[in-house]
Parts: sequence; structure tokens; C-alpha cells
Amino acid sequence: MTGAVVLAVALLAATVFGLVWRRRDGRVRPAAAPATTHGTETGDRVDPAVLAALGATPGGEVTLLQFSSAFCAPCRTARVVLSEVAAQTPGVRHVEVDAESHLDAVRALDILRTPTTLVLDGDGRIRARASGAPRKTEVLAALVPLLGTDVPAPGTGDDPPGKV
Amino acid sequence: MPPVPNAVDPRGPRLGAWITTVVLAVVLLTSSGWLLAVQAVVFALGAFAGLRYAPYGVLYRVLVAPRLAPPTEFEDAAPPRFAQGVGFVFAAVGTLGYLAGIPALGHTATALALIAAFLNAAFDYCLGCQLYLLMTRLTTRTGTP
Repeated sequence: MTGAVVLAVALLAATVFGLVWRRRDGRVRPAAAPATTHGTETGDRVDPAVLAALGATPGGEVTLLQFSSAFCAPCRTARVVLSEVAAQTPGVRHVEVDAESHLDAVRALDILRTPTTLVLDGDGRIRARASGAPRKTEVLAALVPLLGTDVPAPGTGDDPPGKV
Repeated sequence: MPPVPNAVDPRGPRLGAWITTVVLAVVLLTSSGWLLAVQAVVFALGAFAGLRYAPYGVLYRVLVAPRLAPPTEFEDAAPPRFAQGVGFVFAAVGTLGYLAGIPALGHTATALALIAAFLNAAFDYCLGCQLYLLMTRLTTRTGTP
């Protein structure tokens, strides 16, 4: 009897959690206010030493900085999406790092899971963040305020329409 | 990152997660420590011997895969393997609980394993993505290069 109740509660909890998770996963969100960030960041600008250690020194380009790990299937999806965006958008590059071998940066940037993607502007400021494999349209939308009108509209370029 | 050294048809682990969910549900309904012990062995084979030896994976390859279209994509075997390892820990703790006469422990551990298996089966939820980095952060000290 107890077991049946436990089973029902577990299935219900997992379903609710799964539905919420599926809605949120991969969402590209604007960066949190500077006050909520901490560690080596000043304002929302990332310590240049942290970025240098990741091979992502800001140089005027927008950087899609992706943290990945070995036990992570969506990291591959994220890689495909972000490298496509970088390839079709001038002034944008994709840098993928192994989270496990950069734990200091992971702590400084508050990375909790993989894949996590940070959108960094040319000065090394975090402008947006996505946990989970991001949708291509949302990544492109997040780039608009950073690049002005240079962003190709979603659905143009080499990809068939509707592919995200 | 190496380009998928060890690839599996992702539908195999997904079916395995459904079978696991059903087995764990039966464990909860019957409080059977022995059935949970069998599931713990299943987890252990997948996690430590490799997915090639995971019993539900064998089931998929022999009975199901021949009836389906060939896989259009492959995924790395590491994420499902990690999840099998996590499942093994919960199943082992739960088995101890049931067999030692602590059903609350058995129920709790089994429910957690069931939640993970169900999320994986129904939502393609990747446990390793959520847990692995957190565990590494907690178990590795700051200041290491």
C-alpha cells in the first residue's frame, strides 16, 4: 500500500518536473543583473584572466562560450547549433571548453551543468546565458542587440526553413 | 573532445529506461528486495562492463532493432553509462533497505531511481549533464589548475 502511494507521488513529481524542465531547457535568457553575479566578475564583465584561461580572450568579437562535459549528449546538439550560428554570422565565434578541466572558471562563472552557453560581447561582458542545448532562433535573437542589423534573420542562410 | 569514440543507437538506452521504470514500479508495489537486486545487477553491467553488456540493451538489439529503420543518429555511450552508474548506487542502497528490513529506505532509494529512469524515458532528460559537473565541483578543491 505504501509502495503504491510512493509510486504515484514519484511519477507525479517526475512528470511535473519534466514538463517544467522541457519548457525551460535551452532557453536563452538575458544576463542577470550585475548585483547577483559574484566572484571574479566586476559588474557583469568577466575577469580577463578567466577568459584567457579558457582561450576566449575578448577581441571585439561576440563569443558563444560553451561549457561541455563528457557525459552529456545535449552538448553535441549545442555544438552543432552554436557552430552553425558562428559560421553564418560575421563577428561571432564559437568557443567550446571542457568544464571539468576548467573548474576555476566554472566556479567563477557559476556554471552548474552542461551544456551551459554564455554570450559574451566584445568587451567580455556576459549578455545572455543558456542552460541546455539552445535553440538557434533564440541564439540569433540574443545576438541582435549586440551586432545591430548584421544578424541574418532566422530561416535565411544555408539552412532549410524551420530547422532550429 | 573526441568525436564519439563509442557510439550507441540512442533508442536502445531510451527503451532500457522504460523497462527500468516498469521494473522499479513493480519493486515499489511488491517491496521485493530481490527484484531490486536483479535491477541493481542490470545497472552494474551497463555501468561497469559497458552498454554492450547491458541486458536491456541486448534485448533492444536482438528483438527490437531489427524491426526498426536503421538509426539516423548515434550518441556517445558515456552519458547513458553514467546514468546506469547512478542508478546502480540507488538500487544497491534500496536493496539493502528492503533486505535489512528498513522498507522506508528501500522505498526512498527506489523512488529516486524511478524518477531518474522515468525522466530519461519520457523526457530524454540527461542525468549526467545535471549531476556530473556538480559532483566534480563539490569533490574537487578550488585552486587546482
